[in-house]
Amino acid sequence: MHMADALLSPAVGVTLWAGSAAVGGYASRKLRDRIDDRLIPLMGVLGAFIFAAQMINFTIPGTGSSGHLGGGMILAVLLGPHAAFLTIASVLTVQALFFADGGLLALGCNIWNLGIYPCYLVYPLVYRPLAGEGRRPGRILIASVLSAVIALQLGAFSVVLETVLSGRSELPFGAFVLLMQPIHLAIGLVEGFVTAGIIGYVASARPEILESVAAARPVSAGVPLAKVLTVFALLTLFTGGALSWFASTHPDGLEWAIERVTGRGELPEAEQGVAAALKGFQEKTAFLPDYGFKPAEGESTAPEAAAPAWPGVAAGTSASGVTGAVIVLALVGLIGLGVRFAGRRDSDSTP
Amino acid sequence: MSFDAAYFDLGRLDRLSYGETVMHRLDPRAKVIATGLFLVTVVSFPKYDVAGLVPFLLFPVLAAALGDIPIGFILRKVLIVSPFAVFVGIFNPLLDTRTVAVVAGLPVSAGWLSFASILAKFALTVSAALLLVATTSFPGVCHALRRLGCPAIFVSQLLFLYRYLFVLAEEAMRIVRARNLRSFGGRGRGASVFARLVGILLIRTLDRAERIYRAMLSRGFAGDLPTLRNSRAGSGDLAFAAATAILLGVFRFLPVTEGIGRFAQGLWS
Amino acid sequence: MSHHIIDFRDVRFRYPDGTEALKGISFRITHGESVGIVGANGAGKSTLLQHMNGCLLPSAGEVTIGDLQLTAGTRREIRRKVGVIFQNPDDQLFMPTVFDDVAFGPLNLGMDEAHVRERVESALSRVNGLALRNKPPHHLSAGQKSAVAIAAVMAMEPDILAMDEPAAYLDPRSRRLLIELLKTFRHSKLVASHDLDLILDVCERCIVIRDGRVAADGPSAELLTDGALLEENHLELPLSLQRR
Repeated sequence: MHMADALLSPAVGVTLWAGSAAVGGYASRKLRDRIDDRLIPLMGVLGAFIFAAQMINFTIPGTGSSGHLGGGMILAVLLGPHAAFLTIASVLTVQALFFADGGLLALGCNIWNLGIYPCYLVYPLVYRPLAGEGRRPGRILIASVLSAVIALQLGAFSVVLETVLSGRSELPFGAFVLLMQPIHLAIGLVEGFVTAGIIGYVASARPEILESVAAARPVSAGVPLAKVLTVFALLTLFTGGALSWFASTHPDGLEWAIERVTGRGELPEAEQGVAAALKGFQEKTAFLPDYGFKPAEGESTAPEAAAPAWPGVAAGTSASGVTGAVIVLALVGLIGLGVRFAGRRDSDSTP
Repeated sequence: MSFDAAYFDLGRLDRLSYGETVMHRLDPRAKVIATGLFLVTVVSFPKYDVAGLVPFLLFPVLAAALGDIPIGFILRKVLIVSPFAVFVGIFNPLLDTRTVAVVAGLPVSAGWLSFASILAKFALTVSAALLLVATTSFPGVCHALRRLGCPAIFVSQLLFLYRYLFVLAEEAMRIVRARNLRSFGGRGRGASVFARLVGILLIRTLDRAERIYRAMLSRGFAGDLPTLRNSRAGSGDLAFAAATAILLGVFRFLPVTEGIGRFAQGLWS
Repeated sequence: MSHHIIDFRDVRFRYPDGTEALKGISFRITHGESVGIVGANGAGKSTLLQHMNGCLLPSAGEVTIGDLQLTAGTRREIRRKVGVIFQNPDDQLFMPTVFDDVAFGPLNLGMDEAHVRERVESALSRVNGLALRNKPPHHLSAGQKSAVAIAAVMAMEPDILAMDEPAAYLDPRSRRLLIELLKTFRHSKLVASHDLDLILDVCERCIVIRDGRVAADGPSAELLTDGALLEENHLELPLSLQRR
């Protein structure tokens, strides 16, 4: 699943953008030094291939629902980690720009979730050891399935983390995880099988193709294990640290928003109950390493504190916020129509 | 979305992006930066703020009007990609039921506020992304990225992807049509057929990459992709960027919506 | 004027999978000649063409272009003189706009921007493609793409032009325009094609390839009217010569 801008906070979004951009820069430098020229058109065209392949759906046996190819693993197998990472990043960029699938701000998150894990973690640590030379279909199958499952689990879990840390959604961590992981387990299994199928087909129909592609990769296509783990650990710490610093004491602005909606400068006393709930709520959104995340049962306190209907607001009083919103909408609409109309008049009058 | 529909939608947005309006003529770097600022600003609104987001509609509406992009087209694409955000967001009103206001006699819970905020942010951010390409063209955005510091190898690769996207999508479409003509009910559309079809597509793609490389070599390619045409940013472009930044700041930090509302209420009484 | 002579001496070529595509090809083309290469599918036409600019190197025998013998080291230099237009225009237009594609060659030749622009303008105008300069290739029709692919090669002002099925994707009108264009190209031309009428129109000399070898080499007017010869090589008389 692609992360959306609307669910992100600037802190999480920018941090992951920085992380993805840093890795992208690293991959670019690695490639620039030892690239075989033919990799440049190859990467682009394979990106287009993934795109086209994603447009084809297939029915999943037993469920009747339709599936698509993600493509991260197959790119890693074909191109090696650095080139595959850039290719995945480019596919996601095109998706964000052309299909608005995953926002532009969330692009950093999506590149991280769908690119880092397959290319820099799963491919060197899981796929290559298991698949070996890549000749035996059995080993390719096991390697593909395991790789896809793990990569997708990591990706899905990251989406959960990013959403919860952004604090825009009410979904509690536990429930979200329980929702995302099993679905992506199934998707991962299918992806693994399909990936193995594709590789197997190409290997049997045109074996020399895979070899010539492999020959185009930078010489040390493998990434040394220790380096991968260190880098990954550092990035995780950095990400987690930055996010927690931002998220810990940031008020969610409920009080302030209430005031703006109702137009009242002060909060009447009767919302003692609500204020108490607010504080409890804030505590729960705080990110404390040993605390973990909001437990699912924590939510039961919120409905209790649901105060009775807001006192002091007479029925029929329209809040200035709502009024203002309506007027602004109308204004914006008028401006838009006006500009369009003016534009058309201009083009009509020009010869 | 069906394959054909997705393909033709892609084509439509692509064709719109080569227009000649005043929006299209703005320097791509200015538009990329403006979009980036817009996104960060919108997303920075706190969880329950809805009113503050409303003025931001001005940006996509104005961009679409000036750029001659049909609003209905944008709206439809926003709707198509909304499921994930709606699915996650809908839990807000379900889980967060504290009543915080009464509007026109109806109680409004905090959850609905935050859900509305998510939806508003979603509409704004998605339309901003679409309008960026719609008024700049994909190669334009790529050139902007390169001049803003993106690694050349990534940008070259993006451009190749874009160039062959339509070609490969067409090939895939032909393969899909052939499959659909020969599959009945559920048979023939399963995963193993898919793997074979994609395998065929992959082989053709790799062969094509080889031919492209051959053509590049034949015209003297030696590893670096040559670039021309470094357009300069004019004063108009700078003005656009500055005006956008200022307006974003105003909308973000001043209570514009409330102010207008209060003003109107004052007029009434 | 030796630098425009094309000399194939007993050229053999074997593909990595073992297929022997060329089994001893020999011919000599001098400056300004227009030569058609005809033959059945699989006879070796495309393989031969790819030796013209070093996309393939001979397994045995010698290819000499001008003063240079074709080797891995000399092919870059040879590519400055020999322009090859391949069959599928989509594979040859890989830049974001038509202008970029036509400028690709001159830029790689090291020319400065002003000269590059000149070359692009003149090449595009020769194929009636100036209006297309800012369009992305995927917005072009097949005929337009072929025209631009030709312009992209001509912009390098090669001394020798080699083409593989140049009219394959063209409608009759575009094909006619192409024939006219080719007639204006004064340097040596090598055209591999099934379109015997085109060969008859454009090339005064013709080489028939069969099974990796030269089966016949002579004036087009003679070879392409020899029904028996053509039939032996899985060919037919040019359509314009067939009686209805």
